[in-house]
Amino acid sequence: MSTNPLRTFRWSPYLVGAGIGLLSMVTFAFMGKALGTSTTTVRATGALERLVAPEHVAANDYFCKYLGTAEAPKPVIEWQFALVLALPVGAFIAARLGGSRFVEHVPELWARRFGPSRALRYGAAFLGGLVMVFGARMAGGCTSGHGISGGLQLAVSSWIFFAAMFASGVGAAFLLFGREGRRHA
Amino acid sequence: MPDALLATPAVSATPHLPALAEILPMNDLLLAQAASGSLFADPKTLVLGVLTGLVFGFLLQKGGVTRYGVIVGQFLLRDFTVLKVMLTAVVVGAVGVYGMRAVGMDVPLHVKGTAVAMNLIGGVLFGAGMAVAGYCPGTGMAALGDGSRHAAFAVLGMLAGAGVYAELDAPVKGAVGSVGDLGKVTFADVTGLSIWWFVLAVVVLAACVFAALESFGPKRGGGSGGTTATDPAAPAPKAAAPSTT
Repeated sequence: MSTNPLRTFRWSPYLVGAGIGLLSMVTFAFMGKALGTSTTTVRATGALERLVAPEHVAANDYFCKYLGTAEAPKPVIEWQFALVLALPVGAFIAARLGGSRFVEHVPELWARRFGPSRALRYGAAFLGGLVMVFGARMAGGCTSGHGISGGLQLAVSSWIFFAAMFASGVGAAFLLFGREGRRHA
Repeated sequence: MPDALLATPAVSATPHLPALAEILPMNDLLLAQAASGSLFADPKTLVLGVLTGLVFGFLLQKGGVTRYGVIVGQFLLRDFTVLKVMLTAVVVGAVGVYGMRAVGMDVPLHVKGTAVAMNLIGGVLFGAGMAVAGYCPGTGMAALGDGSRHAAFAVLGMLAGAGVYAELDAPVKGAVGSVGDLGKVTFADVTGLSIWWFVLAVVVLAACVFAALESFGPKRGGGSGGTTATDPAAPAPKAAAPSTT
């Protein structure tokens, strides 16, 4: 067995959770920031839309809230955007150090229920991502911004979000996979 | 009024846009802002963001929550890794952040606004979407680095979701935004009690949940042994790192 924890395939979820909690303490205390990811989707989409429809984005108050106006533009690539771009790199390093050569196009659990079609899985992933971030923007945050950062601050909004998200996720997963699918999860 | 980003590339790339830009009150100021780099925040902020993202992504992968099966397994109540990670992070972060404030450190809070209907409906949509996508925004990005190809489509969907919401923000807020609008409040603010009662409540809740899961829960996601079994591509630990011992 490897004694180097960086090369261990999996860490205890409690250890990982404690690490994310400590990371939050560092960002709160020394960066003046709270962990979050979903605001970046607004900046990214707004910046992309602005390339093809600048006047449309400039007229949209929601985009302007995050990207600023022509007179007072805000940076697109800021702290959280940089964080989000670094996420896959951090995960890649962790995977490689742990010896993982995992590649997944269609998850086993999904294929067992909906078949091996990549197109179906990719379409579902797209649609799921769309509805999810619509919900995140409506609620004001996602699993990190609300779930972790807001949860640890004991924010009322975040605990409402977390309870609603969890209950809905359980319901949706049982509708999708049923009791039979659950047995293979 | 186009913003800084488009000023250089888009106008020159598409022939019909310069005319459009002439109609609009676009001026030299805009071009100057584009040139001065308003696309990027200052380097220090970016470096701190990258470092935070590297550590966050690393931890998410090591915890197994970059895997579709682990996240959907949580919603199917078969694998409690996600809940364990999140609750532990909340407990450590709550004690840590409020503890640092208690000893006099200047640690500003970042509480998001409570609007009960928005938080609730948004949460319901989020959970349903997450069950289908198999990732949340952060774990979806991290999953890209952990070999998940379909996560790329989830990420594209997330971008589309932000675009759709931006179009509908005004009517959505107009319809339900004022329902239960309490502002940026914590449980201490709405009850008048000390925040430490709620920190204590979370610690006790987490302890009870963890004790129950370790005693009666499914024997999955309980540590390094549990989630390894869900990964067919996982090599044996010995083969993974023969050189480090």
